[in-house]
Amino acid sequence: MAHAAAIHTEDVMLPPPAREAGAGVYTEKLGMWIFLGSEVMFFTALIGTYVILRFAHPSSWKNPGEVLNIPVTAVNTFLLICSSVTMVKAFAAVQDGLLRQLRLWLVATCIIGASFVGVQVYEYTHLIEKGFVPSEGLYGSTFYTMTGFHGFHVTMGVICMIYVTLKAFRGKYTQADHRGVEVIGLYWHFVDLVWIILFTIVYLI
Amino acid sequence: MATTATGTTPFTYDHGHEHVDDRSFIRKYIFSTDHKIIGIQFLIMSLTFLLLGGMLAMVMRWQLGFPGKPLPGGTLLPDTYTSGGVVLPEFYNSAVTMHGTFMVFFAIMPLLVGVFGNYLIPLKIGAPDMAFPRINMASFWTAVPAGLLMLAGFFVEGGSAAAGWTSYAPLSARSDLTGVHLGQIFWCVSLIVLGLSSIMGSFNYITTVINLRAPGMNWFRLPLSIWALFVTACLVLLAIPVLSGAAILLLFDQTIGTHFFDPQAGGQPLLWQHLFWFFGHPEVYILILPGMGMVSDIIANGARKPVFGYTSMVLAIIAIGFLGWGVWGHHMFQSGMNPTLGTTFMISTLLIAVPSAIKTFNWLGTIWKGQITFHVPMLHALAFVSMFVIGGLSGVFMAASPFDIYIHDTYFIVAHLHYVLFGGSLFAIFAAVTYWYPKMFGRMMNPTVGKVHFWLTLVFYNCTFFPMHQLGLHGHMRRIYDPTQYAFLKDLQPVNTFISISAFLLFATQFIFAANFIMSWFKGEKAPNNPWLDNGLEWTLPSPPPHGNFATVPTVYRGPYEYSSPHSDQDYIPQNVPTPGGGYGAPHTQPAGD
Amino acid sequence: MGNFLSWMLPPGASTFVGDIDWIYYLILVVTGVAFFAVEIALVVFLVKYRKRPGGKATYVHGSTRAEIIWTSVTAVVVVVIGLLSAPAWDKIKGREGVPPNAMPIGIAAKQFEWNITYPGADGKLGTTDDFTVRGQLHVPVDKPTVATLTSVDAIHSFFVPSFRIKQDAVPGMHIRVWFQPTKVGEYELGCAELCGLGHYRMRAIVTVHTQEDYDRWVAQQAHAVAQR
Ligand code: HEM
Ligand SMILES: [Cu+2]
Ligand SMILES: [Cu+2]
Repeated sequence: MAHAAAIHTEDVMLPPPAREAGAGVYTEKLGMWIFLGSEVMFFTALIGTYVILRFAHPSSWKNPGEVLNIPVTAVNTFLLICSSVTMVKAFAAVQDGLLRQLRLWLVATCIIGASFVGVQVYEYTHLIEKGFVPSEGLYGSTFYTMTGFHGFHVTMGVICMIYVTLKAFRGKYTQADHRGVEVIGLYWHFVDLVWIILFTIVYLI
Repeated sequence: MATTATGTTPFTYDHGHEHVDDRSFIRKYIFSTDHKIIGIQFLIMSLTFLLLGGMLAMVMRWQLGFPGKPLPGGTLLPDTYTSGGVVLPEFYNSAVTMHGTFMVFFAIMPLLVGVFGNYLIPLKIGAPDMAFPRINMASFWTAVPAGLLMLAGFFVEGGSAAAGWTSYAPLSARSDLTGVHLGQIFWCVSLIVLGLSSIMGSFNYITTVINLRAPGMNWFRLPLSIWALFVTACLVLLAIPVLSGAAILLLFDQTIGTHFFDPQAGGQPLLWQHLFWFFGHPEVYILILPGMGMVSDIIANGARKPVFGYTSMVLAIIAIGFLGWGVWGHHMFQSGMNPTLGTTFMISTLLIAVPSAIKTFNWLGTIWKGQITFHVPMLHALAFVSMFVIGGLSGVFMAASPFDIYIHDTYFIVAHLHYVLFGGSLFAIFAAVTYWYPKMFGRMMNPTVGKVHFWLTLVFYNCTFFPMHQLGLHGHMRRIYDPTQYAFLKDLQPVNTFISISAFLLFATQFIFAANFIMSWFKGEKAPNNPWLDNGLEWTLPSPPPHGNFATVPTVYRGPYEYSSPHSDQDYIPQNVPTPGGGYGAPHTQPAGD
Repeated sequence: MGNFLSWMLPPGASTFVGDIDWIYYLILVVTGVAFFAVEIALVVFLVKYRKRPGGKATYVHGSTRAEIIWTSVTAVVVVVIGLLSAPAWDKIKGREGVPPNAMPIGIAAKQFEWNITYPGADGKLGTTDDFTVRGQLHVPVDKPTVATLTSVDAIHSFFVPSFRIKQDAVPGMHIRVWFQPTKVGEYELGCAELCGLGHYRMRAIVTVHTQEDYDRWVAQQAHAVAQR
């Protein structure tokens, strides 16, 4: 096992061998980078829509805090940032071959990620009870679409994260080969980054 | 763990090396992860949609050529479609919409990207399969439900979507304006689902091309077909999510009462157009670039000559990939967009004609001083060049914004888009299908039947679409159900009738192709490995190639277009054949300035 | 039918004919030359370089000089076309292009009709003598008219082929579009943007009057409005 791992260090996490020089990274990682390019365009479309509609009708936008509960979301933002930190920790752990810590940090990431979604659901139910629904003008339309699709991405991320965690518990990741951990991490940080942008423009400005 | 000669463990996806293929029928042909099977699955799906789209076109042409006359067989259709056999405006608008949607999203795009992206990329770069074979399979099996959902529109109350393939809001957003509710929703959901399929496909292709090229296959030894498919995949990757985003916004407007495109609540109808065309113009290049690439391969083969100006061909593809993002406003000259932007978009649009011109001249350069063999794929490829020229040149008329005031939304546009999409993309598809058919199915298509199909198609195609330029120049609007409503169009009716008859003949001709395609599958002559004496890596393999493609990873010594080289006594040298002297072969020396 | 396969534009009846049609003929000549050059070269090459027994293709990979020439020539040609076209665009569609003395009218498109509001005798919109007529556009000859175009439902497109003018009518927007007819007579106004089931019959008649006739028509309409 240890021996096999030693051989693996050379190749699995590197570009495929016996090939013409490619991007200099292994295929799963490259694929995730490229996929994230697509995600960037998707969120650009949503954010662009928001910017265009808002600039054309500044008056139909409520002031920060008037409708949305900023403190709750600020806490939620903090949660998501924490989950990025735990993700980094998980990756660092597996790089050092600390598999127990890897599992721990992955579990933490799953839990915090799921809590983020939970808080968002809580936020939505309250807003809807207060009568702030998606059909509530452009403000409601853009708010729910943008935060909703981000939430959807986090949810997808949590599902994949749980899958990766289960694999970690089954001992599928080693110091030599932990592609899954790195790749889900890339996605996770991306979604986190998108949230920071969304939080700023939707809640704070 | 076994190590290969290079001292490394085998690459993860190289496991197909042993040739015992004990996969069950379902794993082999239905839920297959083999890029070749997936390519063929896409081929069957998209040819089906091509047929359906063609049938809708026949309905439209009947109504336009013979307005008010009962459609043959029309009485068999439900009362919501026809009345006494006569096509109703409801059916006409739904046919206009679904014809465009089927053709663009479910026929041409999957034919080029889904079929040939899948089939050719791994074979031509010397890879065992795609980088992510299971995602590749998922990509196909996402496209199927998307197509079925789009089709389902015809069977629900209110009928299919009817706001045009461009689905301009607010028409598409408000069911009280079209009378279609579910159909419009299906349109959005279907395209969102199809978008997932396209994105899964495209990042797979890109990763594959970057990371899985065989040793020696450097970027400047890639066949132009692969370059084109690569850049196309980049465009798909970045453009489709914008369409998905727009379709989601539209779907929300239709279903949960948001107001993105609803002017009463401050929403903006033009926002839809900006999003749609920001996707839409890159999309039209998605629909032509792979064709350009494959035609380049085929023309070099038919002319037995290296592609003229390989580097500038590559640069032109890349230039199109970049410039294509900055011209979407030319679809919106008359939309009420800020007129100053109009001038900017006019100049950028005119400039994008330059790379297309470069490619055309280089194709001419390729056949110049060649030894031209007119095999069926070559005929289609040459038709592509001569028809695409017409479409590209008509683009210049519309790019000139003042003249576009007059011809926008007339039959001139219809003529243009069919010269690029039928004359261009579809001829390229015919060329490619006939060229790679032996590799795909292990049998040759009948060349005589192929030639008959080619010539009839070429003639009827021009009879159908060329006069549309004149209709447009006389002000004939597009998407109108009954042109005889207008006095100034009454005199044009004979032209419409002529076009319709040509269209029927054109449609009928395609059954020759269908028959050839199906018959050859069972009865065709057995195909040799390399029927066209081509240099590409796929031709070194058996027809059809086994699962896993290459028994050993091939080494590539030169570019794909070394035809009639003085270094060989044959008129071609496959890419994987070492030069007698050893090493990586003679460098491409470009004779400077002739 | 033969007549309709000609490459000439049908006769027009506004000042834009002069601004636009020559651009068309210019592009027709330029693209016509390109078209024949390419197609003839193609056919000549196909015949001349067809496969002959024992023949061998010339082994060349390209020519940098040729690439530079055809790239720069095409680029210059298209840019010149753009520069020549730009002034007409600014004049017709530019925000500054509308003549200040143009007669204002209002056009509200609606599924599937054109409602046209006239300024009445005082020549101003938004006053009490305004009146609205459905499906009839009346304008005086040789005078610029500026229409404020809007829609109440879907997007429609105001298209008078004889005037060489087209402009989408977008709900929520008020787009100004102007034209100056040059010939007395009747013309057709059509909708050029798919707007629903009745799109194909969203038609109106444009009548270009002499100034006196136009004034008389306005007076008549005003009278009819007063009667109601
Ligand atoms: C040579 C370069 C080209 C130029 C300058 C050009 C220019 C244009 C312009 C200005 C329009 C808008 C016209 C209008 O609606 O008023 C247009 C429409 C269109 N073009 Fe092109 N085009 C070019 C190449 C292509 C190619 C290669 C394709 C696809 C393979 C294509 C497909 C289309 C389609 C589908 C439309 C109509 C969209 C619609 O309204 O339904 N074009 N083109
Ligand atoms: Cu375009
Ligand atoms: Cu209309």
